[in-house]
Amino acid sequence: METIDKTVIAPGIDEDVLIEEFGYDDHFHDHHHGDKYQSNFVNTYIFSQDHKMIAKQFLITGMIWALIGGGMSLIFRLQLGFPEESLAWLKPLLGKWITISEAGVGKLAPEFYYALVTMHGTIIVFFVLTAGLSGTFSNLLIPLQVGARDMASPFLNMLSYWFFFIAGVIMFYSLFLSTGPFAGGWTAYPPLSALPQASSGSGAGMTLWTISLVFFVVSVLLGGINYITTVLNLRTKGMTMWRLPLTIWAFFVTAILGLLSFPVLVSGFLLLIFDRELGTSFFLNDIYVGGQALEHAGGSPILYQHLFWFLGHPEVYIIILPAMGIVSEVLSVHARKPIFGYKAMVFSILAIGFLSFIVWAHHMFMSGVNPFISNFFVIFTLIIAVPSAVKVFNWISTLYGGNIRFNAASLFGIGFVSMFISGGLTGIFLGNSAIDIQMHDTYFVVAHFHIVMGVAAMFGMFAGIYHWYPKMFGRFMNPTLGRLHFWGTLIGAYAIFWPMHYLGMAGVPRRYYSFDSFETFRHFGTMNQFITIAAIVVFALQVLFVINFFYSIWYGKKQTTRNPWGATTLEWTTPIRPGHGNWPGKLPSVQRWAYDYGKDGKDFIPQILPPQEGESEEVH
Amino acid sequence: MDVAVKTEEKGRNKIHPQKFALLAALAGIMMMFAAFTSAFVVRRAAGNWLEFRLPDMFFYNTGVILLSSLTMHSAYYFFKKGNVLLYRSLLVATLILGLTFVYLQYQGWVAMYDIGLPISGPVSGSFIYLISGVHAAHVLGGIAVLVVALLHAIVLPFKVTPRRKLRFEMSLIYWHFVDFLWVYLLIFFVLQS
Repeated sequence: METIDKTVIAPGIDEDVLIEEFGYDDHFHDHHHGDKYQSNFVNTYIFSQDHKMIAKQFLITGMIWALIGGGMSLIFRLQLGFPEESLAWLKPLLGKWITISEAGVGKLAPEFYYALVTMHGTIIVFFVLTAGLSGTFSNLLIPLQVGARDMASPFLNMLSYWFFFIAGVIMFYSLFLSTGPFAGGWTAYPPLSALPQASSGSGAGMTLWTISLVFFVVSVLLGGINYITTVLNLRTKGMTMWRLPLTIWAFFVTAILGLLSFPVLVSGFLLLIFDRELGTSFFLNDIYVGGQALEHAGGSPILYQHLFWFLGHPEVYIIILPAMGIVSEVLSVHARKPIFGYKAMVFSILAIGFLSFIVWAHHMFMSGVNPFISNFFVIFTLIIAVPSAVKVFNWISTLYGGNIRFNAASLFGIGFVSMFISGGLTGIFLGNSAIDIQMHDTYFVVAHFHIVMGVAAMFGMFAGIYHWYPKMFGRFMNPTLGRLHFWGTLIGAYAIFWPMHYLGMAGVPRRYYSFDSFETFRHFGTMNQFITIAAIVVFALQVLFVINFFYSIWYGKKQTTRNPWGATTLEWTTPIRPGHGNWPGKLPSVQRWAYDYGKDGKDFIPQILPPQEGESEEVH
Repeated sequence: MDVAVKTEEKGRNKIHPQKFALLAALAGIMMMFAAFTSAFVVRRAAGNWLEFRLPDMFFYNTGVILLSSLTMHSAYYFFKKGNVLLYRSLLVATLILGLTFVYLQYQGWVAMYDIGLPISGPVSGSFIYLISGVHAAHVLGGIAVLVVALLHAIVLPFKVTPRRKLRFEMSLIYWHFVDFLWVYLLIFFVLQS
C-alpha cells in the first residue's frame, strides 16, 4: 500500500526519498514507543492531544452548532415571511414558546423571537465561525504545513477544545430555561444585559450566556497562544516566514488578533457581571423599570459598547482571515498557478489585522459618539478597503489564465471572492457615518454582514473542508453533491441577502418581530416570503452537505495517492492517514516557497524538493 | 510537550516555546488590564466622578510585593547556585509575602468600605475594587504556582535539570509580572487622582 501511493517527482524520487535524504531527524520516534497519545478509545477520540483529532472535534462540534444556529434562523424567518400562518406544528419542538389561540392558530412568542435572533448571532459568530473555522483549520494545518510534530502544547490544545465544549453545553442548557435564553441581541448591550429584571431572557439566560462566553474566551486564548507559539517556534528546517503558505499567515494573524482583543471583551463582561450581581453602576444610569427607580446612577452604557466593539471589530477579521487564507491556498492549487502577489497578500493580511484595532467605533456612529471622533473612524474604516482590494485583485489574477479545476473546493473559493466583493462594497457605504444615519440598524446592515462575514466565511470553510477532507478522513466527499451544494448555496445565498439591501434602503429595521403597524413596509410582504423560501432551500442544501460529509467518512471514495490535488505544501507528504507525530521518520525540510506551480514547465514542485540544476531563480 | 522540549535541545530556538507561550498569555492579561484602565479613563472624563484618597494599605503593600519579587529572584539565583537551604527558605518567604499581599489588599478594601465607599457606591470606588480584585485573583494564581514550586523544592530531590529550570523560570516570570502589574496599576491610580 505505502509503496504505490507516493508521488513520483522524478524517476526514483518521491516524498519518502526526499524526506530521508534532506529531512531533519529530531529523534521523535525514539521517545514515542507505544504511543501514549493514542493508546485507547478515550485518548484517541475524546481527550485526544493530537492536533488532527482536535481539528475534527472542532469541526464536527461547529457543524452541530451551525445546524442549531441555522435552524433558529428558519424559525424566525417563518415569522418574518409568513406572519399570518399558524406555527402550531412547531409546538412539539418549541413548547410554550408557541401560543395557540382559541381558533387554533399558533403564534411564536415575541420574547422567544428575540431570543432566537440573539442565539442565532451568538452561536454563528462565536461557535461556528470562530471555533468551527479557525479552531478546525488552525489545528489541522498549522503543524502539518509548518512541518511540526504537533502543537507547542498538545495539552493546552486539548483544553482549548474542552473549554469550547463546556461553553457549548452551558449555552445549550440556557435554551431550555423556563425564562428562555438571553434575548437582548448578540452584542448584549446594557441595560438589557445588565438588569436581570429587564426582560425574561435577561435573568438566568443572560447569566448563563456570560458564563458560556467566558469559557469560550478561555478556549480561544488557549488555542491562540498555541497557534502563535507553534508558528513562531516549531517551524521545520528551511521553513522561513516567507515560505509559509498563506493559510498559516492568516491563522497566525488571526490568533494574534484574538489574543489581543478577547481579553478586552472579558473585562467588559466583568464590569457587566459586577453591575448585574454586585449593584455597581459602570454601565447603568438612572433607570426606571416598571415605574420603579433603580439605585444605579451615573454609569455609561456607551462604555460597554466601546469595550465590546474593541473585540467585536477584530472579531469579524478573526472570522474572515482564516477563510481568506484557505481560499488563497485552494485557488492557487486548483488554478495550477502560484498565488499572485504573495508578499502583497501577506502585507495585506498584516494591514487588515492592524487596522481592525482602530475602527471599532464605526459600529457606534448612532450611539451618540462625538462626530469628530466618527470622522477618524470613517477614514480608517475606508482605508481597510485598500488591503481588501489588493487581496481581491490577487485572487482574480491568480485565477486569470489558470488551468482551473472546477471542483467543489475551488468553486467555493471562487464563490468566496464573489461574496467578499459584494459584501465588501456595501461595507464602504456603511463605513460612512453620514450614510449610517439612514442605514444603521436596518436590513441593509443585516445583508452586508451576512454576505461578507457569514456567507463568505462559510464559503471559505466549505472550500477548506472539500479540499482537506482527504487529509482528515482519507476519503473524498461526493463531488457531484459538492457541486450541487455550491451552486444551490451561491444562488440561494444571493436570493436571501440581495433583496435585504432594498428593504434596508427603504428603512426596514432589523430585529423587529412584526411589521404590522408600519403601513410603509406592507408591500415588502412578498419579498419577505421570497427570502424565507430561499432560506429554507439553502438550509436544505446544507443538510445535504452534512449528509455527504458523514456518509463520506465511511463510504466516500478512498484516497489512493498521497497528494491527490498535486499540491506543493508539506501536509501532502505525510502518509495518507498520518499517525501521531505526522511523519513516520524524519521531519521534512523545506527548500522553497509554497507556490511553485507551473514553474519551468513542471505542473508543481513540492516544497521539499531542493533547487535543481538549471532551475530558474525564485521570484516572488 | 516532548516535541517542544526536543526542538529546544537542538538549539534551534532562541526562546523555549513554552516560555514564549507564557509571554503571549501575559500579553493577553495585559490587554485585559489595559481595557480596565481605559474604561477608567473614559468613565472619569465623562464627569460625575468622586475623588478619594487611596487606602494607605495599597502603598505599604507595594513594598510587600516588590520584596516578594526580590525573594523569588534570589530563590532562583540560589537554585542555580545549588544552595538548597536558601533556595527553599526564600521560596517559603515569597509564598508568605504573597499571602500577606492578598491579606493586606483585603484590609485595603475594608478601609475603603469603612470610609463609606461600598462596592456598589460611587463608580470611582467600584473601579478600584474591581481592578485591584482582578489583580489579586492573578496573584492568587501566582500563589498556586508558588505552592507547586515549593512542593517540587521540598519533595523532589534537589537537582538542576533543564526541565526544572524552565519551570522555575516560568514561575519567576509570572511572579514578576503580577508585581509589575500592581506597580503599573498603583501609578495609574495615583496619576488619575
